[in-house]
Amino acid sequence: MTGLAQLTRHRLFWPIVALVVLLLASTLKSHGFLEVTVRDGHLYGAPIDILRRSSILLLVALGMTLVIATRGIDLSVGAVMAIAGAVTLTQIASSPDPGAVSTVAVAMLTGLAVCLVIGVFNGFLVAVLGIQPIIATLVIMTAGRGIAMLITGGQITTVTSAPYKTLASGFWLGLPVAALIAGFFFAVVALVTRRTALGVLIESVGINPTASRLAGVRARTIIWTVYVLCALFACIAGFLQSSNIMAADSNNAGLFIELDAILAVVIGGTSLAGGKFSLTGTLVGVLVITTLTLSITVIGIPVNAVSLFKALVVIVVCLLQSPVVQHKLRARRRQAAPVPVEVPA
Amino acid sequence: MMTEPNTTPIVEMTGITISFPGVKALDDVAFRLLPGEVHALMGENGAGKSTLIKALTGVYGIDSGRIVVGGVDQVFAGPAEAQAAGISTVYQEVNLTDNLSVAENVMLGHEIRRFGLIDWHATRKAARTYLRALNLDIDPKSSLSSHSLAVQQLVAISRAMVVDARVLILDEPTSSLDSDEVARLFDVIRTLRDQGVAILFVSHFLEQIYAISDRITVLRNGTLVGEYTPAELPRVELVGKMIGRTLEVLSELEGRSERAVVDRSGTPFMQAIGVGRRGSIEPFDLDIYPGEIVGLAGLLGSGRTELARLLYGADHADSGETLVSGESVKLRNPRAGLAKSIVFSSESRKTEGIIGDLTVRENIVLGLQAERGWMRRVPKKKADEVVAQYIEALGVRPANPDAIAGNLSGGNQQKVLLARWLATAPQLLILDEPTRGIDVGAKAEIQKLVADLAAQGMAVVFISAELEEVLRLSHRIAVLRDRHKVAELINSDDVTTDVVVDLIASGGTSA
Repeated sequence: MTGLAQLTRHRLFWPIVALVVLLLASTLKSHGFLEVTVRDGHLYGAPIDILRRSSILLLVALGMTLVIATRGIDLSVGAVMAIAGAVTLTQIASSPDPGAVSTVAVAMLTGLAVCLVIGVFNGFLVAVLGIQPIIATLVIMTAGRGIAMLITGGQITTVTSAPYKTLASGFWLGLPVAALIAGFFFAVVALVTRRTALGVLIESVGINPTASRLAGVRARTIIWTVYVLCALFACIAGFLQSSNIMAADSNNAGLFIELDAILAVVIGGTSLAGGKFSLTGTLVGVLVITTLTLSITVIGIPVNAVSLFKALVVIVVCLLQSPVVQHKLRARRRQAAPVPVEVPA
Repeated sequence: MMTEPNTTPIVEMTGITISFPGVKALDDVAFRLLPGEVHALMGENGAGKSTLIKALTGVYGIDSGRIVVGGVDQVFAGPAEAQAAGISTVYQEVNLTDNLSVAENVMLGHEIRRFGLIDWHATRKAARTYLRALNLDIDPKSSLSSHSLAVQQLVAISRAMVVDARVLILDEPTSSLDSDEVARLFDVIRTLRDQGVAILFVSHFLEQIYAISDRITVLRNGTLVGEYTPAELPRVELVGKMIGRTLEVLSELEGRSERAVVDRSGTPFMQAIGVGRRGSIEPFDLDIYPGEIVGLAGLLGSGRTELARLLYGADHADSGETLVSGESVKLRNPRAGLAKSIVFSSESRKTEGIIGDLTVRENIVLGLQAERGWMRRVPKKKADEVVAQYIEALGVRPANPDAIAGNLSGGNQQKVLLARWLATAPQLLILDEPTRGIDVGAKAEIQKLVADLAAQGMAVVFISAELEEVLRLSHRIAVLRDRHKVAELINSDDVTTDVVVDLIASGGTSA
């Protein structure tokens, strides 16, 4: 009983329940939903698909978690994805040998360099100039797609390049390359934040920036760093996205992904007020959002009602996580328990 | 005097236990309140006084135990239920509505209605009756904000009477009143007591406790020490019971007649030459020798904190030169100070010191970690050692490294901060009001610690608003006034608070 109570109080309990319910509902509708088969040496099936589709959001949400932990927010991630795709594909398209691995590598490095500059710019506005993060990153959010359009010359740049296509569509050891890339960076960030002191210093800055600075923590550097990291992860997400369609679509690449990423972070239990963060939570949040999108089609929700259904699930999960609601639920449970109490006047 | 109650208690709390994450705020505490008595609740900060009051007023739920009010078992789900049971509270900060009239404040929620509408005439008349009952003859129509804090406090008590309180809780009601106002408040308290109201009284002023209380309950570390009558408990014993040991530590410091002689022949650890910052503190000179405690004396806003911040690099100076061990250094930011083995503990524990949501362990290791940078994490074994060592040495309560620092009492948070700085093995320790808002016992411990550290060769800058404390500890005293350093004197038995007060008042011209 107490074990169960403790379990329900865990901040990831309800998101995980939501995930399981979505998976079960999908399986009921389509019996083979959870089946994973081997085809051409690759793993196939909805679960694999969820992993592959989660990779872009996971990368973006990873950076977002760190930014949010410092009390910040980064609205520019969608635009950064667009710029990453634009820079990289334009360079591949203009190269004499688009299919060469070296071409792709150089193009991706260029994309990373451009995104690095954007991250430095965002971090400078927030950490040095002290501009509110939501305003500071709004600059690139609005201007970024314009920059991407300038780079592609207002066109949707398409390329044919086998190595680049591998990023989103390839398989390695039977698993989708995209999922492996996202998983790799997830593991690296988890390891770096928890095995070095970076995690606790980020939290410390997020909880109390003034006290952290006086304690000798390089608060400014840490804040700057998380914005740079966030832009770099968005850049890699931009690679995966553009590789998926083999085109740089400046208008639609990563559109509104900042909202999904913030949502994933919040579902994962990291507070927008900064401080304690949970990467595992973010992973669960990302899986919930992706599974939701996928199961909507499987369950057979009419296309028109998709947004509404998504909103409903999100509201329910958020409500169940809210301290007020949790308190009420607990109070009801306690009342329901047969304890001989005299009725209060 | 009553020794055994011959009346039935109106409030009887037994076995009260309340835990916060990592902290047991109350452990099996019993408390009773008789009708027609003034009962003082005593204890240091963190003893559990406020937690007990919050349990009684329904602000906190209890983990176990029973609360019986007027013979009825009560489980309060909120303050409203406690109020309905006849328990009223007047808090330290008056919680009334400033911009409403006195009558509206007194009768709020109990306005007299006619045909569903408020009958203001009758309401004011009723308010006047309640006010008169407390010998308070003020115009109910007047705005509350036009009255002194003392009168506002009495208005708050009148309000408690409107809800027909059987139990009145006064939490530090006298902290901002002058002696005449206190006398007036006490008259009201006695009147209410004689009418049979049970009054729970909390105050830090011992004199007042002995002037008004019929009974005293002492808490310590979340447990009940005992219930006494003032007659059977002399002041010294009361303080002894509150801090749980004799006042040896304090008296040891008091009796420190010969101060350790500081060798000022060598190079000072730090020399500030004409260091200043525009709009913050005028350029000043200051030498600090190893093993020396330099006290900064001055009124609030005299520039004590500003001076200390320049010494650490919390703010950077725009004039002058700073030498550390004879070498010129630029202290641009806190890290620069830290790199030179200088540490600064801010006066604002909550906003500039403790990282509330982190654990005691993480808070203590933070300074050490900041010094090493994020790449080189303090090894777990070393962190555990350091944390255990300082929790033990400074007597942090609870002695649990995994407790959330924000849940600790003020004195214990201060100790955690000290631990953070001491763990970095500093050569200059700058303490800005380290003993403010913490209880007698912790205060004495911290003073003793500072004296011991200096005796071991650490240079200390000590800031306190309490002159006695500065005089007791310091070898040398710098006096500040209006953002100027106006005087500096070597401490000796001839230096009394009067001398320093004169210096502050005269601006150093007589020195």
